[in-house]
Amino acid sequence: MKIISREAIIDSAGVRIIKLSLIAPEISQKAKPGQFVVVMVDERGERVPLTIVDVDINAGSITLIFQEAGLTTRLLGALNAGDSLYALVGPLGHPTEIKKFGKVILAGGGVGIAEILPVARALKDAGNHITAILGSRNKDLLILEAELKGASDQIYIMTDDGSYGRKGFTTDMLKELLDKDKYDLIYSVGPIPMMKRVAAVSREYNTKTLVSLNALMVDATGMCGCCRVSVFGQVKFSCVDGPDFDGHGVDWEELEKRNKVYSVQEKHICNLFPAS
Amino acid sequence: MKKEPVKVREASAEIRAGNFEEVVKGYSEDEALLEASRCLQCKNPLCSSGCPVGIDIKKFIHQIVQQDYQSAYFTIREKSNFPSICGRVCPAEYQCRKACILTKKGLPFASEQAINIHFLERFAGDYGKNNNLDVPVEIEEKFSKVKVAVVGSGPAGLCCAGELARKGVQVDIYESLHKTGGVLRYGIPPFRLPWDVLDFEINYLQKLGVNFITNFLVGKARTIKELFAQGYSRIFLGLGAGVPSFLGIKGENLCNIYSVNEFLTRVNLMSAYKFPEFHTPVNIGKNVLIVGGGNTAMDAARVALRLQKINGLVLNTKVIYRRTEIEMPARRLEIEHAKEEGVKFEFLVQPKEFVGDERGFVRKLVCLRSKLGEPDSSGRRRPVIIEGSEFEIDCDLCVIAVGLKANQILINATPELKTDKYSDVIVDSESMESSIKGVFAGGDIVGGEGTVIEAMGMAKKAAKSILQNS
Repeated sequence: MKIISREAIIDSAGVRIIKLSLIAPEISQKAKPGQFVVVMVDERGERVPLTIVDVDINAGSITLIFQEAGLTTRLLGALNAGDSLYALVGPLGHPTEIKKFGKVILAGGGVGIAEILPVARALKDAGNHITAILGSRNKDLLILEAELKGASDQIYIMTDDGSYGRKGFTTDMLKELLDKDKYDLIYSVGPIPMMKRVAAVSREYNTKTLVSLNALMVDATGMCGCCRVSVFGQVKFSCVDGPDFDGHGVDWEELEKRNKVYSVQEKHICNLFPAS
Repeated sequence: MKKEPVKVREASAEIRAGNFEEVVKGYSEDEALLEASRCLQCKNPLCSSGCPVGIDIKKFIHQIVQQDYQSAYFTIREKSNFPSICGRVCPAEYQCRKACILTKKGLPFASEQAINIHFLERFAGDYGKNNNLDVPVEIEEKFSKVKVAVVGSGPAGLCCAGELARKGVQVDIYESLHKTGGVLRYGIPPFRLPWDVLDFEINYLQKLGVNFITNFLVGKARTIKELFAQGYSRIFLGLGAGVPSFLGIKGENLCNIYSVNEFLTRVNLMSAYKFPEFHTPVNIGKNVLIVGGGNTAMDAARVALRLQKINGLVLNTKVIYRRTEIEMPARRLEIEHAKEEGVKFEFLVQPKEFVGDERGFVRKLVCLRSKLGEPDSSGRRRPVIIEGSEFEIDCDLCVIAVGLKANQILINATPELKTDKYSDVIVDSESMESSIKGVFAGGDIVGGEGTVIEAMGMAKKAAKSILQNS
């Protein structure tokens, strides 16, 4: 639970993305791509889920990458090397299915790029042809380009303002690729509107699409049902049934609404503890 | 002369509904003596037969009469590891008090006249706690090399660990949450079971040398096989029933519809009632509906009501239940307390569909009225829907408390572990050993939703067979 390194990989125009490496020997030995941990910063803190981006079994450590958004991620981002978390449990959730699918597109948006990295690496090791599409608001906010480059056969960068790569959304590139060629799998992580658009595009091409959902959680071990999502009309718990689901079956509107259930409290507590 | 039962002191409904402090204050020494003196000391007492672990009730009540509270405590401790906890949460009116000779025949639960065994148990238990009466350890040298892993720190796990540690077994308890106690911590609100009572029992185990490993999810971070490989010779599974059931009706995923576990976990474990001092939020409804009739439903209702009161809202929390009050599985005391505090009840109501607003928040529950038909397999009369009885109840927050199922993570990770149709672990009813040699189980993971004392009974049996074969 002790932090061995902390780096702000993005600190630009009010956006701060932090990379933390923590001592967690058991988790590092067991974690597989797609799994997550739950952290608590202090005794009064919330339990929040974060994807395990990387592990170092020899060092017994795991790496987390997150964007400071609410109070909890801000408090987490304010920790330094040498500090310890109050609680850390994992690995949680099902690992992403890793096998040889053939041609795979990984579409990551914003901090979601960090979450596709371990999956990209594992799928590449399993002999897949990897195409990565990274989406970002602008050049300054793009993360892990070099790492994803190393884990893919082709890479495309899309920025909203055209300041780097091509101007447009990840889905613009996705459409282009699917128009030209057949792909066996799409794996996407990013903001809900982005994953929703990815699923909408890929459905037209009938291409299997997995998304990793970021529903709100409390215990994250299947006991509370806070993270329930509808997938093909069935109620699933993101924590124990997911976090990966078939994007074509997800009820995105419901998920979007459920993720805003505490927006009033979030605003209130962020105002009480203003960012430094 | 027939003596009237001694009423237990309680915080006034008006005040207690605005805080999370303990409601039942317990007997003073004088009150305990008076109540104990009502016991007829039957030649052939029936009460003990109503106790799932067979506490010698006649004896401990007699010891209270003799003012030998220490002996009373140890009499209970012979059979029950947690007198202070069980004295607070046992459904005595369905158990020992129902068996009491003073209960009229043919009632579904104890008469008011029955001896208040649970309050006397609590008195003796708290005497032991307040005077640090440690149960003597009986270390046996042959156990000093035995290592046992207990998975889950709820009632079953704590009890099993205590039984083993007292004999000198090295016990590690694995708990996936950041705090120990299982359902006693995340589920039962502190106004019913204060944390210091639970902490006393946990501290006692720590004194015995039990090692607590929190934030560790067995099944994910380590498998059963790996636990054995690590040097444990026996494993006890006290995984609990923590998976919430839902109604399976339309609109159930609308915002502000909580499972009872989520609602209680947020408030109890995460202290959401102290938001923003504590960072986990919980929403507070103006028109709160609780669906269900068990203890967790009562807990949720009383928590929701307290949140309303603390936040200066008009109290409007209603429990809807598909049968009638008589069939409610909750402890009678909880039902009474809920009523006194201002919780409303509507019976013979069956939820049909939730209706929400454009933001996805629940606004209404469409319901149907029912009447009682023939008894079902549980022996309770089955509710039958009345055609055309549809009506709506305003509701901006709803808590679903209609049952809990076995925790699945470890079970799914352990295909060799045989389970029944409810996904509960199958054990030999005598040894409590599962289909995997050396792996024992007890508590709700075996019997489905039960009581603390039932979990304890199973855990003690398991501990006994672990000791016999070690």
